[in-house]
Amino acid sequence: MGQLAAFIILSVVTLVSAVVVVASQNIVRSALSLIPTLLGIAGVYILLQAEYVAGIQVLIYAGAITVLILFVIMLTEHGTGARFRQVNEQVLPGTIAVAVLAALLMAVFFGTAWPRAAGTLPQYTATSIGTTFLTSAILVFIVTSFVLLVALMGAIVIARRER
Amino acid sequence: MVNWPLEIVRAVLLTAAVFTFMAVVAAMFGVLLERKVGGWIQSRLGPKHVGPQGLLQTVADTIKLLQKEHIEPRAADRAIFNTAPLVVAVAGLMSWVVIPFGTLGDRVLVVRDLNIGVVFFAAMASLTVVGILAGGFASNNKYALLGGLRSASQMISYELPLAMALIAVAMEAGTLSTVGIVEAQAGWFGSFAFRQFPAFVIFLIAATAEVNRVPFDLPEAESELVAGYFSEYTGMRFALFQLGEYGEMFAMAAMATTLFLGGWKGPVLPGVVWFLLKMYLIVFLLMWVRWTYPRYRLDQLLNLSWKVLLPAGLVWILITGYRVTF
Amino acid sequence: MLLVDWLYVGVFLVVGLAMAALPLAVVWALAPRLAQPQKRTTYESGVVPFGQAWAQFNVRYYLFSLVFVIFDVEVIYLYPWSIVFRQYGRYAFFVMLIFVGILLLGLIHAWRKGALEWT
Repeated sequence: MGQLAAFIILSVVTLVSAVVVVASQNIVRSALSLIPTLLGIAGVYILLQAEYVAGIQVLIYAGAITVLILFVIMLTEHGTGARFRQVNEQVLPGTIAVAVLAALLMAVFFGTAWPRAAGTLPQYTATSIGTTFLTSAILVFIVTSFVLLVALMGAIVIARRER
Repeated sequence: MVNWPLEIVRAVLLTAAVFTFMAVVAAMFGVLLERKVGGWIQSRLGPKHVGPQGLLQTVADTIKLLQKEHIEPRAADRAIFNTAPLVVAVAGLMSWVVIPFGTLGDRVLVVRDLNIGVVFFAAMASLTVVGILAGGFASNNKYALLGGLRSASQMISYELPLAMALIAVAMEAGTLSTVGIVEAQAGWFGSFAFRQFPAFVIFLIAATAEVNRVPFDLPEAESELVAGYFSEYTGMRFALFQLGEYGEMFAMAAMATTLFLGGWKGPVLPGVVWFLLKMYLIVFLLMWVRWTYPRYRLDQLLNLSWKVLLPAGLVWILITGYRVTF
Repeated sequence: MLLVDWLYVGVFLVVGLAMAALPLAVVWALAPRLAQPQKRTTYESGVVPFGQAWAQFNVRYYLFSLVFVIFDVEVIYLYPWSIVFRQYGRYAFFVMLIFVGILLLGLIHAWRKGALEWT
């Protein structure tokens, strides 16, 4: 009951601010509206008892990615303060594409037999994530560091070209 | 079974209590203490006239600020301009959720001992950046925007060394919960200030930079940027920025106490008293630094974070790992 | 009791916002409102402000935030690892040596390419 109420509140917060993200004419407002959206999603993660994921959702997305996006906006020539039209002449094809995608996703969601209440939840999710990194997902763990290294190199290359 | 209505009522009361604590002990008393310590260091008196020895100075200031008009610059983005101070103040408040204040009987006085307490603390510190950047942007003032940008780039740079220090402590204690970290420190020489001394130093420097204090106060740099990101703010909204800033500063000091000085632990006196003593010791250290050193240049500041503290933090994590596992 | 923990966090967020907004309501009720158009001009050291503050900014802010995001992602891999590595002993140390070593390599690369230089 309480969980359902919490879920509804979080969904409303997430969806309303997500609409602002795509509908606002001011690009900075769009970027800042991402924060309630991401916090709402973090709340949903908590309802799923994935608190470490929720923590990094706030730390990475709300705290780091948003700042990155804001910097990018301030970097662009006419970015800040300008009014943007959020729609162009492609409205109709866009709407159709979105409707098809939504129908497809819903068909998949309702058509899949989700495993419910399988197994027990770990008490400390951060601990079990760490254990997975050191046992079954060890390769993923190491490869991730390489992926991040490559991302870093790419970021430097792109930024140097822009200068 | 959890009694949800009861828990909600308790949570609301606790929020009110912690908010009041932050507003009175951290912001009002903190500002007074800052002025008094500054006066003492510079051989002058500091506030003296309102109340005995000027004790009520900030109370008077708050009452004054409550009567001040709220001015929105015509060029500002109104919605963001009015929300940004709230974000900063609430992010400062949220940091206190995971701080253990002391013990009462065999219960630990903490709002909630989250399993991921340390990560939560870092996440709340990172939210402050967004509030400051938004405030600086929405003012549509050159000084404010420059202050906001500087502040954001400084705070994100120092978040990494801060995280390194947190990770080193978590490695030593084997847990991310703040209460667990305090309990892992037994006795005077068991406190992590000794075993994790480099992490302690990194944490203190990074914390000073995170709360934009001298020698890292470039975002506010009153001699070049007027007041930085809150140049355009007046009255109570300005006060909310101050509240968030001092709340965050005291939260950083409280976190340093928790992570490195053994939190509420100490002989004879009750835990809460020990906690407050240690916290004020760190606060005093931060104030001492503020009134003693000049300001860094932006490139020096970024060099210190990326080329000194971050590599040092990574190497210290390796050393801690070696010591624990071999 | 995980959800109870986070209920407190949620209440802190909502009630904290309300309490922070409370003095603003007091200001709204108490403070004077004088219609003087001069007051609402942007402050620019006393002269009439020219242009907008919203202009194009230095690319370096962007570069630093990009490097920051990458390192921040690496940090979140270290948190869960830091609390369990003890149980795995030497093996965990070498895993960490590789992971943090690659991190340091990336830092050195960024350093040598001048990505960490402000000027």
